[in-house]
Amino acid sequence: MDTVDKTPKTQLLKKGAEASLFLTQWYGKEAIIKVRIPKKYRPPTLDQQIRRYRTIHEPQLMHHAKTAGIATPLIYMVNVPQSTIIMQYIKGPQIKTLLNNLDQPNQHALCLQIGKSIAHLHNSGLIHGDLTTSNMIQAQNGQIYFIDFGLGEKNAELEAQGVDLHLFKRALQSTHFSFWEDCLSSVLCGYTSIRGEALSEKVYEKTRQIESRGRYVEERKQ
Amino acid sequence: MVKIARSDGKYCLGIESSADDFGVGIADFDGTLLANCSDSYIPQEGGIHPREAARHHAEVADSILQQALNQADIKPNKLSCIAFSQGPGLGPSLRTGATVARALAAYLEIPLVGVNHSVAHIEIGKLTTGAQDPLTLYASGGNTMVTAYTAGRYRVFGETLDIALGNCLDVFGREAGLKAKQGLPIGAAIEQLAQNSQQTLISLPYVVKGMDLSLSGLLTAATTTLQTPKTSTCQPSHSLEDVCYSLQEHAFAMVSEVTERALAHTEKKTLLLTGGVAANKRLQTMLSLIAEEHNAAFSVVPKQYATDNGAMIAWTGTLAYKFGLITPIAKSMVKLRWRVDKVDVPWIQ
Repeated sequence: MDTVDKTPKTQLLKKGAEASLFLTQWYGKEAIIKVRIPKKYRPPTLDQQIRRYRTIHEPQLMHHAKTAGIATPLIYMVNVPQSTIIMQYIKGPQIKTLLNNLDQPNQHALCLQIGKSIAHLHNSGLIHGDLTTSNMIQAQNGQIYFIDFGLGEKNAELEAQGVDLHLFKRALQSTHFSFWEDCLSSVLCGYTSIRGEALSEKVYEKTRQIESRGRYVEERKQ
Repeated sequence: MVKIARSDGKYCLGIESSADDFGVGIADFDGTLLANCSDSYIPQEGGIHPREAARHHAEVADSILQQALNQADIKPNKLSCIAFSQGPGLGPSLRTGATVARALAAYLEIPLVGVNHSVAHIEIGKLTTGAQDPLTLYASGGNTMVTAYTAGRYRVFGETLDIALGNCLDVFGREAGLKAKQGLPIGAAIEQLAQNSQQTLISLPYVVKGMDLSLSGLLTAATTTLQTPKTSTCQPSHSLEDVCYSLQEHAFAMVSEVTERALAHTEKKTLLLTGGVAANKRLQTMLSLIAEEHNAAFSVVPKQYATDNGAMIAWTGTLAYKFGLITPIAKSMVKLRWRVDKVDVPWIQ
C-alpha cells in the first residue's frame, strides 16, 4: 500500500476544491493522482469520514459508469488510508472551454451527446452528483469522459435524477450564461432520445418540483 | 413621469423591512454611512408571524425614521432619494416598508429607488470591507447562496435547495427552547452553547449536491436527537451543548464545502461573508481557512451590517440612483421572490 508514497507527484495539474490533481507516472504510463487533502475547517472525525467515503465510492461508481457505456478514466490504484486514487490521464479540453469556442451546430452536437451520456448513466441507476461542464473532458479520440464522481451515488430514484439534471442546468446557467438555454435544450433532446418521452418527462417534472422548493423562485405556487 | 431630484440633497435614505427587522439608514454618494437605526420584532413564541411583524414595523417606523435623521444630523430636505427593500422577503413586512418609502418620496417630491435585498447585503459587505470583486457567501435567515459577479449580474453558483442556514438554526433553537432577545438572535445563543460543549461530534446528515446543499434533513435529525428521551440503558442522551456543536459543525462544513467549490470554480481572489449568520465566529473561522487554502483574501461584514439593516439599502440606493435606476410609484410593488440573479447591477463595470 505504500507504493503511493513513492509515486513522484511531479506536477500539480489542478487544485480543486476537494482534491488536488497531480501528474505522475504509473508503470511508464502518464497518470493522475487524485489526493483528497484533509480539510482544516471541519472536525477531523467528520473530515476523515467524508474523505474515506468518497475515496471508496468514486472508483466504484466510475467502474459502474463504464458498464453503462460511459467513458471514465481507468483506475490504477486506490489507497483509502491516504485517500488517494491513481487513474488514467485523459488528455483533452474540458467541455467548459470547448463549448465556448464552438459554433452553434457543433455546440448542439456536443450537448446532444452529453445528454445521451447522462441518460445512459441514469438508466443504469447511477447519479453523477456534480454534473458540470468542468467535469467532462473530450479526449483526443473525440469521446467524452466523465470525471469526478466524488458526490455520486447508486440511486435509481426519479428524485435523484431530477436533482442531477437541475444541478447541470444550474452549472450551465452560471458558467455559460449567454447561451445556456440552447445548450440545455440540446442536452434534454439527447436525454429524451435515450430514455423516451414518457420517462424523461417524469424526470423533468421532478426537476421542476425540486426547483419550486428553492428559495424565492418565481414559479413557486403558494 | 417621475421627477428627477430637484432638491439640493446629497443623501439617500434607505428603508429595510423584509422580515423581522425594521431599519432605516442614511448614506451619501461616496459611501459614508451616516445613520443605521433599527428595531426588531420579537415573537412571543414561534417564528416570525408576517402580520405581526408588519404591525410592529408600522408602529416603530416613525420613531426609527426620526432616530436615523437625528443620528445623521440632517434635515429631510437634504435627501435626494428614498431607497427601500423591494424584495425578496415577507409580503406584509415588505409592504409596510414600501408604504413608508412611497409616502416619504411623495411628500419630499424626490424619487423612489427599489433595491434588491440580497444585492444590498453584498454591496454593504463590499463597501465596509473594501472587498474587490469577491465571491460572496450570503447566509441569513432567508437566504443561503454563493454568488459572484459576471457579465452584468450577480450569478448564483450554489445555494440551498430547501431552507436557509439561519432558518435551520432558528427553528432548531426554538425547538430547544431558546429565545431571541433584542439584538441577540437565536443563532448567537446556539453559538454560545456550542462553545461551551464537550465538542463530542454526533453524526448527522451531510448533504452536498454539486455546489448546492440541503439543510432540511439535518434540521430534522438534530431536532430528533434533541428529543430522544433519556433512557436508563447504557446510551445516555446527548447534551444540548453537544447537539448545538454538532449541528453547527455539520451545517457550516456543508456551506463551507460549497463555498470552496465555487471558489475553486470561479478562481476569485477575494471571499466575502455577509448576511446575518456572518456574525458567527465559527463560520468565520471555517471560511477564513478556506480562503487561506486558495490564496484568497477573506473579509467579513461588520456585525451591525451583517443582519438586515437600513444602511445597506441606502448605500445600494445611491449606486442604483447614480445609474438612473429609479422606481416609478406604479412599479414599486414589492417582489416577494426577486432573485439576486434577476437584477442588473450596471454600477459594476
